[in-house]
Amino acid sequence: MLKHTENIIEVKNLVKKFGNFVANDNLSFEVKKGEIFGFLGANGAGKTTSIKILSGLSFPTSGDVMVAGFDVYKEREKVKKNIGYMSQKFSLYEDLTVRENIRFYGGIYGLSGKYIKEKTESLIERLKMKDIQDSLIKSLPLGWKQKIAFSVAIFHNPKIVFLDEPTGGVDPITRRDFWEMIYEASDSGITVFVTTHYMDEAEYCDRVSIMDQGRIEGLDTPAELKKQFHAKNMDEVFLKIAR
Amino acid sequence: MKKILYILQKEFIQVFRNKTMLPLIFGMPILQLLVLVNAATLEMKSIDMYVVDKDLSSLSHKLINKFEGSPFYHVSGVSFSIDEANEAIEKNQADFIMHIPYGFERSLMRENSTQVQLLIDGINGTAASLINAYSSSVINSFNRNIIVDLTKMPQIKELNPIAVETSYWYNPELNYKIYMLPGILVILVTVISMFLAAMNIVREKEIGTIEQLNVTPIKKFEFIIGKLVPFLIIALFEMAFGLLIGKLLFDVPMVGSLGLLFGFTVVYLLVVLGIGLFISTISSTQQQVMFISFFFMLVFILMSGIFTPTESMPLWAQKVNIINPFYYFMRVIRMILLKGSGFWDISREFFSLLIYAIIILSLAVWRHRKVA
Amino acid sequence: MNRFIGFVKKEFHHIFRDSQTMLILFGMPIAQILIFGYIVSNEINDVKIGIYDKSQDHITHEITNKITASGFFILHENLNSEKEIEKAFKRGIIREVIVFEPNFAEKLERDGTAGIQIIADASDVNTANIVSNYTKAIINSYVKNELFTQGLPFEIIPEVRMLYNDELKGVYMFVPGTMALILMLVSAMMTSISIAREKELGTMEILLVSPLKPLPIVIGKVIPYMALSFVNAIVIIALSYFVFEMPIQGSLIFLLAETLLFIFMALSLGILISTVSNNQMVAMFISMFALLLPTILLSGFIFPIENMPKILQWISSIMPARYFIVIVKNIMIKGSGIGVIWKETLILVGMTIFFLGMSIKKFKVRLE
Repeated sequence: MLKHTENIIEVKNLVKKFGNFVANDNLSFEVKKGEIFGFLGANGAGKTTSIKILSGLSFPTSGDVMVAGFDVYKEREKVKKNIGYMSQKFSLYEDLTVRENIRFYGGIYGLSGKYIKEKTESLIERLKMKDIQDSLIKSLPLGWKQKIAFSVAIFHNPKIVFLDEPTGGVDPITRRDFWEMIYEASDSGITVFVTTHYMDEAEYCDRVSIMDQGRIEGLDTPAELKKQFHAKNMDEVFLKIAR
Repeated sequence: MKKILYILQKEFIQVFRNKTMLPLIFGMPILQLLVLVNAATLEMKSIDMYVVDKDLSSLSHKLINKFEGSPFYHVSGVSFSIDEANEAIEKNQADFIMHIPYGFERSLMRENSTQVQLLIDGINGTAASLINAYSSSVINSFNRNIIVDLTKMPQIKELNPIAVETSYWYNPELNYKIYMLPGILVILVTVISMFLAAMNIVREKEIGTIEQLNVTPIKKFEFIIGKLVPFLIIALFEMAFGLLIGKLLFDVPMVGSLGLLFGFTVVYLLVVLGIGLFISTISSTQQQVMFISFFFMLVFILMSGIFTPTESMPLWAQKVNIINPFYYFMRVIRMILLKGSGFWDISREFFSLLIYAIIILSLAVWRHRKVA
Repeated sequence: MNRFIGFVKKEFHHIFRDSQTMLILFGMPIAQILIFGYIVSNEINDVKIGIYDKSQDHITHEITNKITASGFFILHENLNSEKEIEKAFKRGIIREVIVFEPNFAEKLERDGTAGIQIIADASDVNTANIVSNYTKAIINSYVKNELFTQGLPFEIIPEVRMLYNDELKGVYMFVPGTMALILMLVSAMMTSISIAREKELGTMEILLVSPLKPLPIVIGKVIPYMALSFVNAIVIIALSYFVFEMPIQGSLIFLLAETLLFIFMALSLGILISTVSNNQMVAMFISMFALLLPTILLSGFIFPIENMPKILQWISSIMPARYFIVIVKNIMIKGSGIGVIWKETLILVGMTIFFLGMSIKKFKVRLE
């Protein structure tokens, strides 16, 4: 895994407070270009807070955050051009069809009509969505919705895509499918930043950071982490960290 | 700019796909227009009178006949007892009591003057004063006939040294419908466009799609314009539709330039939609939006002069009307439609609203947050 | 039971936490009463008029003075031709022009009669009507006092008494209407929207699978709005009593009981609306167009029902507010008891039962 050398995300001493509550307590880490970076932690550990800061949806209280070479403080709109984002809260329009959703988001990113058309065709082809391309999103099963939401998030070829618990609530097979898509995106050069609380998914990441109560308690490749914590699998690592 | 087109496309698809909203947006206002224009009238068409005739003379009979002969009056009860009459008023079976006292005719003959009592249910002040005015004029004209009969001399002229003739311009028959229709149309168009705009953004906040928009590089003004234009177009359609109904069903005159009217409507809608968008940028739930818009709408409509003269309001209330968009449009739509006022006649309102639109839309863009 | 109380508490908490909403819920009735009390009225003052005096003699000047000294009118401009009248009306500042015919005083003396023409801008019918009536009254009183001092022979003098409201205060009319409107708003509209909201956000499903039964859930959601409505009603009654000196001739207890009945009716209507709408927007539009505008316009609140076309009179007879307004007026102003308004009360009871029955039916269908 030595191919990743250039930093695409740099976080130094990031703090985010809500009143007295410290959601992110002095985080510092880097994400290398092209890697799949896992952000693990129990619910409420502060994952969503940091992903929102990284994607420019929320201001940090203090600290330096650079994403894709831009400061999230001063150059938020430039950051946004270079990232994709898929939230755990559902983000497609339920009353639009698959095609309409893709066209809308493509348009918002300023892609040309021709490009949107071509890419939509190939996407529909690749995901085998011919039958459902004109169905309303609300009529589709959750697994499909997640796949489409992910495709929409990377439709404009961002440098980085942020996935906030992308596989919540679906069965293991669908999750496996979803990870195939993540790998594909990664192969095409997109850096993937993914939060999850499924420990088996951690194994799929190049590097993993484990958060607990707003702090990063461990950060390395899954293999190194297991070694470090003398654990058979990531589950054990996690349990040891969270106690 | 192309991004705005994509937003427009999406908003229109969503509006036209919503099978419950569509009839509400287009059907309801039409129905409302038909119903409310007919309902909103202060014209007295039927007045229920209760007669207590204690005189039972030929004069009292003549007087009662005079009332019965008028299409406005309907005798709902007759009795000798004033208590029974009062009971009828309490039970809302009569609007007023005409009490002709014993000796009514005799005292007119002997003392040259006599009295008749009108006891009017005063709860509805407006209706009561109209009943008073109508009934007094019936009695007056009855009185005049009596004088002519008794003195056998046609001296009507002298009874009336100053002949006052009233003419009502622009609506000679005082038809309430052509007066109320523009006013109600203003309310409907405003309510619909403002609520649609205000609810829209906040709805995206509630279901979470706004977050997905906020991570895109879309500019704030592009977003606001994209949200504004669809409702502007819908509202203009609504306006045109309402005017058509006014023309076809109520025969509302359209003396002035329709182009001017629509030009003014656009500026007006920018203000209304701007207010709606501003409210939605400061609220986080649809419920809040509804409360806030509802509150202001109610206050603004009541103060707009839809059926009461605004210049008679206290000075501070007239000052409040400066920020009341209804106030401007209520005036202007009637001026253009019924009187044919031109651009210079309405230029003060036009430019006031234009400045208003610029301010409120800038506020909306400024207050719109792409960051939570 | 404990669980139920906990749920109701949660609902209360939910509403009261939102200070903005609270402010408006309580501000609305107060603002409305004050607006009706102080701002909106059919009385006129400072209405701008124009005078087109073709005569310019001592009598026309006297009449002009009488008119401008009345306080109702302000002389905005003197006009000199028909054309100017037209132009002035189009600018929309003056409401009326009074035209004196040429040689007014001379004619009056010589022929015993002279003419005045009142031209009112009837693009605003209501104001035109009031304004011209006021003007006529001023001219008439001038005639009576200055020209015609000895009185008519054989005069029939109408002696007018306004029952219940001798000063014709507007407050008597708008307090009952405002009560009906606010209670409709808070009870029916708010309930329907808050239930529709739970549906829209998917939280209704969660509630329905909880150990609480559907009926307690609905009741729990409704209780806070009932309390709010009741407080609002009391605020309105207190304001009208203390600030506008509106009497409460009948029994206060009876009035409050009838108010509660109306609130019940409105709540059941709100529940019914929420069963047919699956998001807040729909609930709001239905409430607004089916409840609020008709409550304002078809209930006799502002426009008397008996002046409407027959069809609308029938429609108005299914407006609950219509009956409530009669009830409130009768109890507060006329001091009536149940003997007079039993019919209206019975209708409201019937409506409540009907709406509740319908919603239970709809609710069950949805669950099965």
